[in-house]
Amino acid sequence: MFNSLSDRLTATFKNLRGKGRLSEADIDATVREIRRALLDADVAVPVVREFTAAVRERALGAEVSGALNPAQQVVKIVNAELVEILGGQTRTLQLAKTPPTVIMLAGLQGAGKTTLAGKLALALKEQGHTPLLVAADLQRPNAVTQLAVVAERAGVPVFAPHPGNTSSADGETDTIIGDPVGVARDGVAEARSKQHDVVIVDTAGRLGVDRLLMQQAADIRAAITPDEVLFVIDAMIGQDAVTTAQAFLDGVDFTGVVLSKLDGDARGGAALSVAKITGRPIMFASTGEKLTDFEVFHPDRMASRILDMGDVLTLIEQA
Amino acid sequence: SPLGARLLSVLSRDTLTEDDWDEIEETLLLADLGTGPAEELLEALRTRVRVLGVREPAAVRELLREELLRVVDPTLDRSLALDRPVVDGVTKPAVMMVVGVNGTGKTTTVGKLARVLVAEHRSVVLGAADTFRAAAADQLETWGSRVGVPTVRSAKDGADPAAVAFDAVRRGVTDDVDVVLVDTAGRLQNKAGLMDELGKITRVVTREAPLGEVLLVLDATTGQNGMQQAKVFGEVAGVTGIVLTKLDGTAKGGIVVAVQRRLGVPVKLVGLGEGPDDLAPFVPEQFVDGILG
Ligand SMILES: Nc1nc2c(ncn2[C@@H]2O[C@H](COP(=O)(O)OP(=O)(O)OP(=O)(O)O)[C@@H](O)[C@H]2O)c(=O)[nH]1
Ligand SMILES: Nc1nc2c(ncn2[C@@H]2O[C@H](COP(=O)(O)OP(=O)(O)OP(=O)(O)O)[C@@H](O)[C@H]2O)c(=O)[nH]1
Ligand SMILES: [Mg+2]
Ligand SMILES: [Mg+2]
Repeated sequence: MFNSLSDRLTATFKNLRGKGRLSEADIDATVREIRRALLDADVAVPVVREFTAAVRERALGAEVSGALNPAQQVVKIVNAELVEILGGQTRTLQLAKTPPTVIMLAGLQGAGKTTLAGKLALALKEQGHTPLLVAADLQRPNAVTQLAVVAERAGVPVFAPHPGNTSSADGETDTIIGDPVGVARDGVAEARSKQHDVVIVDTAGRLGVDRLLMQQAADIRAAITPDEVLFVIDAMIGQDAVTTAQAFLDGVDFTGVVLSKLDGDARGGAALSVAKITGRPIMFASTGEKLTDFEVFHPDRMASRILDMGDVLTLIEQA
Repeated sequence: SPLGARLLSVLSRDTLTEDDWDEIEETLLLADLGTGPAEELLEALRTRVRVLGVREPAAVRELLREELLRVVDPTLDRSLALDRPVVDGVTKPAVMMVVGVNGTGKTTTVGKLARVLVAEHRSVVLGAADTFRAAAADQLETWGSRVGVPTVRSAKDGADPAAVAFDAVRRGVTDDVDVVLVDTAGRLQNKAGLMDELGKITRVVTREAPLGEVLLVLDATTGQNGMQQAKVFGEVAGVTGIVLTKLDGTAKGGIVVAVQRRLGVPVKLVGLGEGPDDLAPFVPEQFVDGILG
């Protein structure tokens, strides 16, 4: 339906071909296209505003390069800024000096936390660790069963002292079921006594505006003092990314971000929004339903994806 | 809400400048309406403001509300197809299926729907045609047992989902129930194999009874990818209605405006929480007021 940014910029490039320097009008034209592309990629409005302003400023002050025309130069700046925000400083999991390393997962309903718990466990196991999964989502129907199945598939043990919300529980879901804080705390104790060097605590999905459940997440965090709190966010999310990320930052003060469902065709502008708003690094990408569909996050690939430009550098060369 | 407050402050200025128009556009963008629909709405609003010579901010706000409401279209029939079809003299159950990408709330919606139908004294059978996701059938069964309706499921993971869906509908026919609700696995629309599987489920089910409703379950937090979801699920599964879930959060779900238009089918229901009673009819006025804050 819409032309891709590549197409639209190529058209812009044609008009600008041969110009030797960056005029304000050139920059404005290019920045307008980029604004549109970012919005179509679901980058949050306030982030787009701030981002394009920064790009504009940098472009205005940019040294004129003989090799690149003005639009190319702007795109190069955009790409560099994007990559920088997305994680000039990607990092790996912080392991505890004295094991066990405690990892807590948090996020909206259906984001992909339980699946990620299995993926992390499998990846860590393959690196020679001995992870334990802890079923602290007692809220969603059969979340405990789901984690148990995931654990079995990953070939790691699961600590699940409470069955959670099942038909046997009398559970209406609008009240809190069981004691997830206690389960999380006991899970870490269990790992310590059974000599597991990593504990991964799965928690219930919750909304940023749900005071009760957000407090519960904060209580879990306080009870287990995790080395990492990973915020799992769906790559398909739109403008709500900012509000939600901020709510989780305030609620559980996460240490890193995992972008899930990146195997889809969403452009994933939320990655930029979350990185920019929270300053927390995006550490991993979840790329499928299988436990092996899990990788380290690549900022440069993500930048091209958000801009919908294939390889940005190739485009710059061709223009 | 801050959005609403901002919009109000924009609209309460005497004359609208270009910046003001930009800010109105941003309000629409912040609700996930998308750049295309937001531009269109703005154009329509500008024209009307000009033609009518409207000056008062409250009047401009009312015009914007009218324009939004017009595209959401309050005249659409949003009722569920619950009439039992008669095929070759046999009265079949009304069959409904939920489809959508991963984690949107399909299984929960089936559970809530079952609750509503049971409360209306209809007999219901659930079909657990998600044989893939860990404990998906257990999750559905938990919902079913809570409202006292049976769940047809396969004994093992990884069974053919079309076969399970077929069994559920057949059970519905044999037991002469009013409604069969079929849950399906979440799948991303760019996975051709999984979409083929969904096509197969619909074909196989249709052999036993017509599909009265295919509900596309969209998460209100979904951004512009929602259009792609609508396009592909519409083509593969013949979507007849939309369920907009998780509207109890801060997301506005504005993508359904474009989705509804693209598919030509209405949003019928909204999800407002994780509890059994958190399902409600879609009310265009409430939805629009949610966007405007
Ligand atoms: N395609 C794809 N599906 C995923 C990915 N991660 C998770 N899923 C699917 O998304 C759905 C939700 O995943 P869960 O792991 O249950 O999500 P959750 O955050 O634990 O959900 P709640 O506990 O209900 O809040 C399931 O259907 C998963 O199979 C991913 O990276 N790609
Ligand atoms: N807040 C809120 N949560 C919801 C709503 N609907 C569903 N959920 C939650 O969202 C998560 C996913 O719901 P499911 O019903 O399992 O979603 P699904 O589409 O069946 O997921 P898959 O089968 O894995 O694709 C669960 O934690 C639900 O409790 C809603 O309207 N509001
Ligand atoms: Mg979970
Ligand atoms: Mg499901």
